Amino acid sequence: MKNYINLGRDVNRLDGYDKVSGNAKYIADYEFPGMLYAKVLRSPHPHAEIISINTSAAEKMEGVIAVTHSGKCSHKMGLYLVDRPVFATGKVRFKGEPVAAVAALTEDIAAAAIKKIKVRYKMLPLVDNIEDALKKNATLVHPDLMKYSYLPIYYPKKGTNIFNHFPLRKGDIKKGFKQSHKIYENEFTLPQIQHVPMEPHGALAKWDRNDKLTVYSSVQSPFTLRNLLRLAFGLSHKDVRVIAPYVGGGFGGKAGINMEPLAVALAKEAKGKWIKLIFSREEVFLGTTVRQAMRARVKTGISKNGRIIAEDIEMVFDGGAYAEYGTNVVRAAGYTCIGPYDIENVKGDTYGVYTNHLVGGAFRGFGHGELHWAVESQMDIIANDLKMDPAEFRRLNVLKPGSINSMGEKITKHTGNMVACIDAVAKDLKWGKSSKKPAKPYIKRGKGLAVLEKAPAMPANATSCARVKFNEDATVIVHFSGMEIGQGCITALTQIAAERLKMDVSKLHAAGLPDTDFSPYEWQTVASRITWAVGNAIINAVDDAHAKIKKVAAKVLKVKTSQLDIDGEKVFVIGNKRKSIALPLIIMGYQYPDGHTIGGPVEGVGTFTPNLTNLDAKTGQGHAAAEWTFGCEGAEIEVDTRTGEMKILNLVGAFDLGTVINPSTARGQIIGGMIQGLGSAVLEELKYKDGKIANPSFVDYKIPTAADLPDKIKHIFIQTPDDGGPFGARAIGEHPMISIPPAIANAIYDAIGVRIKALPLTDEKILSSLKEKK
Amino acid sequence: MSKDITLNVNGIDHHVNIQGNETLLKVLRDKLGLTAAKEGCGAGECGACAVIYNGSPASSCLILAIEAEGVEILTLEGITPKDHLHPIQQAFIDKGAVQCGFCTPGMIVTTYSLLKSNPDPTEEEIKKAISGNLCRCTGYVQIIEAIREAARRLKRSKGRRK
Repeated sequence: MKNYINLGRDVNRLDGYDKVSGNAKYIADYEFPGMLYAKVLRSPHPHAEIISINTSAAEKMEGVIAVTHSGKCSHKMGLYLVDRPVFATGKVRFKGEPVAAVAALTEDIAAAAIKKIKVRYKMLPLVDNIEDALKKNATLVHPDLMKYSYLPIYYPKKGTNIFNHFPLRKGDIKKGFKQSHKIYENEFTLPQIQHVPMEPHGALAKWDRNDKLTVYSSVQSPFTLRNLLRLAFGLSHKDVRVIAPYVGGGFGGKAGINMEPLAVALAKEAKGKWIKLIFSREEVFLGTTVRQAMRARVKTGISKNGRIIAEDIEMVFDGGAYAEYGTNVVRAAGYTCIGPYDIENVKGDTYGVYTNHLVGGAFRGFGHGELHWAVESQMDIIANDLKMDPAEFRRLNVLKPGSINSMGEKITKHTGNMVACIDAVAKDLKWGKSSKKPAKPYIKRGKGLAVLEKAPAMPANATSCARVKFNEDATVIVHFSGMEIGQGCITALTQIAAERLKMDVSKLHAAGLPDTDFSPYEWQTVASRITWAVGNAIINAVDDAHAKIKKVAAKVLKVKTSQLDIDGEKVFVIGNKRKSIALPLIIMGYQYPDGHTIGGPVEGVGTFTPNLTNLDAKTGQGHAAAEWTFGCEGAEIEVDTRTGEMKILNLVGAFDLGTVINPSTARGQIIGGMIQGLGSAVLEELKYKDGKIANPSFVDYKIPTAADLPDKIKHIFIQTPDDGGPFGARAIGEHPMISIPPAIANAIYDAIGVRIKALPLTDEKILSSLKEKK
Repeated sequence: MSKDITLNVNGIDHHVNIQGNETLLKVLRDKLGLTAAKEGCGAGECGACAVIYNGSPASSCLILAIEAEGVEILTLEGITPKDHLHPIQQAFIDKGAVQCGFCTPGMIVTTYSLLKSNPDPTEEEIKKAISGNLCRCTGYVQIIEAIREAARRLKRSKGRRK
């Protein structure tokens, strides 16, 4: 690794003081004089026609200032497919859908007023799962689907519940299966799960009488929120201001547009007043987005020497009642459908379907946790059947320099080192050696591993901007709009800026939290893209500032700008460091002895645009991946065969994340992601009864606690610099969550010889699989 | 029904007018401006609203403010020294135990209480103590390391004082 002064160093989090002292403000901590408090009335039914809404009793209550519903606010919203009304319109499509909202002087009054709104419903047939959605003459959740507006890179199907179909075709699938020595076919499923950020979603909105709208929100994407709000409510960008405080966890659940329009709709009815809407935990479960459920059918053809030569994979995502953001999950899963494998002949068909379930959306992994669950379980089944070592089977088949991936991109040595990730995990697990035999004969141990890949899933025009502003004493303020959602981007981006400025990071201050009126543009804080994309924009901003300093210095020193260089303290002539100007003497303009001043305050602006193309509509071929991160995860577990109880002994993850900017925060992303992956593997499932969510609370929906930690957990950095990343860094935010479930399922198979194909891997499921085996 | 009560928070008596159904968490946040304690679930399941109540950690979302009269209450604001950070707070920063920060006040309050009663906890004791504090970001590992580091630092500074 190169000699960096600020990178590869555990710089303490720059937001650390705010967060340990209670100084950090989150959305619920904001209060303004004269504020009104909002509550939402939600549908008790999963699919029903709205016959009438009567709000008169609520409106007459003392202290109620505004009541709204689809009769007053008929706006629709959506990032990729505009299918979601702010309030249920004509019918309700899931239990929990907002039907009306009230703003009142106190929360108690608003809550009481909600109860006085009378809504009459007429039940409609329920679309309760993927099979219901796909069957012939299915009830349509959105009969008007083809009338909605959507980006032309998505493909809804007329007269069906399919809101997007992503086909992928590579090579000759028929020939591939014909030449196959063995063919394997399996089906895998997983349920909807929730992000469970510790901070419930919230928004504050004020609509002034001059039609200027100001919104505070727990948001991952202030600029995209501004854009979608102004589209939904018919305003100009200049009249909408979004301010983003610290966000208490996002994981995709605060991306795009969420619950903000509910507050805005009330603000429009009570002009000039601040409206505060903070969701309860139950509302977070019911009224935000979830990870989509999925069913995958995988058919794989293997040559005599163990090479995968054909794969046909069909994935169907349960997108719930509204697709909007989830449309792109289908596309992202679709173009990565076979995972990090070198396969000549591929047929992929990935669908998203509407049901009367909770709304599917962006979730850490963005389709990749789902597809790798299927692919990495399938690979283990094949390796075991072929009596090949599962690690060796993967080494033989994964992408390597020279391979062509699913969408036709060529892998180079800069793409990352998949095999090194497998080797590192195998070494940690003492792969190939049997687990230590437990003393008790009914306890069985096993090991499993699973690989993964992910690229940032984003449109080709997802752009970033950053600014560096010199202060009088030559310290620097860095401006960007990557959201600090816990991942540590404020710290990592400031380290990148400091490195390019050749200054110690202590000379910099990150302006951090965005305000769309003042901050540079950023598309969204999603897709693990911020350190990578904004890091590049910051490098360009520093170079712009340096160019401006050199231009003035060249005049003063009477040399060409190409003869100048800048370190953290001065601009100087290359080869003659004594011919120099100290930065404080030039960054506000250079003053000659006679007082005449040239130049001016130095502020650098930099942008970054990924170099991507759209994908072919029929084959999915093209270039949608700005960069890839490869990884491998492993597990060692033991099972009590009497009870099915599983204990996780060891979890390990190795990721080729390129140059590590901050080892401590990178480790935090990896360990945190692995434990969220553990939750999705063994605990988490949103359960339905008659189309209604049955477990919207922490009592019934368990996430991992400190008591659930494995005996051992380890992260391993593989550092192959990315040729397009800032100082060679690449993405790491989502990846650690992805392949924990298949790694554990594969370890269960190794331990007790049963294959579980439906998540989560609960003790009950293990026990019943063991009984079936007997 | 509203009532005037006196709440002893961080060593100061506050005279407040409350509603009978208001929780301690709501009064701390809305009436006393002490917003470090967070509402994560409102049902005593997540630990984000933890305060020290009569010497023990408690979920302030489950306590009615009216019941808290005459009880000594300590919040994160009260734990934080006047002009620097508490060794637990500094250890959380140094060990990378903070990500989104929403669970952090509750975690620090719980740690403060743990280390008061058990200055040298084992890893198992730490896990047990914070198992009622949910964190979705960190996977707990760096939090546990921070708590061990805080225990070491507190012991060292105590040794120096002797």
